[in-house]
Amino acid sequence: MLAPSRLNDAAKTKVLALQNFALLAWNATRFIVARPFYALDVVQQMDAIGVDSVGIVVLTGFFTGMVLALQSSNSLAGFGATLFVGRLVSASMIRELGPVLAGLMVAGRVGSGIAAEIGSMRVTEQIDALNTLGTDPIKKLVTPRLVAALIMMPMLTVINDVVGIIGGNVIGAFVIGVPSALYWHTVWQQIASDGFVLRVIPQDFIQGLAKPFLFGGIIAITGSYYGLSTTGGTEGVGLSTTRTVVTASISILAVDYLVTQVLLTIFP
Amino acid sequence: MTNPATVRRAIRHELARDPSAAEPGASIIRIDHVSLAFENPVLEDVSLDAREGETIVVVGESGTGKSTLLKLMLRLLRPDQGRVLIDGYDIAALTFDDALIVRRRMGMVFQGAALFDSMSVFENVAYPVREHTTLDDDEIEARVREKLRFVDLDPDRVMGCLPSELSGGMRKRVGIARAMANNAPIMLYDEPTSGLDPLTTGTITRLIMKLQRELGVTSIVVTHDIRSANRMASAIALLHNHRITFFGTPEEMAASEDRYIRDFLGGL
Repeated sequence: MLAPSRLNDAAKTKVLALQNFALLAWNATRFIVARPFYALDVVQQMDAIGVDSVGIVVLTGFFTGMVLALQSSNSLAGFGATLFVGRLVSASMIRELGPVLAGLMVAGRVGSGIAAEIGSMRVTEQIDALNTLGTDPIKKLVTPRLVAALIMMPMLTVINDVVGIIGGNVIGAFVIGVPSALYWHTVWQQIASDGFVLRVIPQDFIQGLAKPFLFGGIIAITGSYYGLSTTGGTEGVGLSTTRTVVTASISILAVDYLVTQVLLTIFP
Repeated sequence: MTNPATVRRAIRHELARDPSAAEPGASIIRIDHVSLAFENPVLEDVSLDAREGETIVVVGESGTGKSTLLKLMLRLLRPDQGRVLIDGYDIAALTFDDALIVRRRMGMVFQGAALFDSMSVFENVAYPVREHTTLDDDEIEARVREKLRFVDLDPDRVMGCLPSELSGGMRKRVGIARAMANNAPIMLYDEPTSGLDPLTTGTITRLIMKLQRELGVTSIVVTHDIRSANRMASAIALLHNHRITFFGTPEEMAASEDRYIRDFLGGL
């Protein structure tokens, strides 16, 4: 009965990995409010995760907004509604594409970086050194990255959204022939159309900013988990970075669907 | 069952006391009938005692579990059977946080030094001081300079260097300075002279002896270097077939008629 036994072992390994992942997420989260606080590490990570990612997020957002405007203008032309291209671009960017694209780009750039950095520390015994110096590696390495990602991902998403809408405006003005004033008017119409939470926060923003907050957590924890689990020298570090990008990207898409479903139920 | 909170208070109280108040000649490290296996047995019924101020050198072929012994002492691994007592506390039975407190009494020098490669030499040596004391910046700098001078490094020359800018021997010495930065009464060395030239090997060996002689540090040294072992050891433990097959002074080892010991010494 070799096959069932192997299946059993594989299932146990997967369940154990899931348990360790959940445990890491829990510990990293609870250490946010536990002394000592590594404030300087948080600031450094905010720079590495947030500021250093602005470039790719701006480029991604700008081109995505332009493509969205081009593609949707063709479809809208069939209904004589080309003037509403701003509504379509802003709704798509704020609700879906902004958070997801920023999440995927940051997962690729930052998630792999976290896995590589922590993985290298693991294989060169620096994690063991932290332990022997009486420091909890999760508190020192994972929690600052988690806090930084939770703060910076929504900011990156806002940048992505704004630049994407500007990209749509550029295409609208120079290719489709939608005046800028009208474009921005329709953008505002879209933002205001679903109403406001607490009278000032557009509902679209709730959806658009809840997601990146979760995506930030997914990226930081996934990178840290694979980094801390690294074995086998430099080859192991390479494997950890690949696994981080694949797992974080799939998780972001899956969580995006789940959160959209939940938020549409709460704010129909 | 003793109340865990009471145990924790007792540990903290005990560890806060003056280390020099420890009972002279008491067992500082006791490995008590320890067994450990992963896929195959690594250690079987291993026992070892290190009294205050002693230097115990563990020798043996590669893969016999020498480094594993050190990891058990630091609770980076836990034994399947038996106990590892540090200052009388079974470190495997402590909570993670309490184990961190016990670990602060130990300094570990890793085979590859395991210096934090993103930090300068100063930051590496200052790290444990910042983490576990309330010294101000001037006092920390004075401590770092003192420790670097102790390991025969010129503070003004090396403090600003990154680990990658140092030679192998200098990295090992910085590793020793970091490990002893908080005046740990117990030092553990994993292959401290591996990969070093004979002159640097002599320097590191003299440093380990100086720590014992001048500061009364209790040391466990894992090494292949039998010449260094003979110079520094209060006692030598030989690991063979997952067990300690010899424990005695260097002179007793040299006089042994045991065939394996003769082969082992002859092969070195």
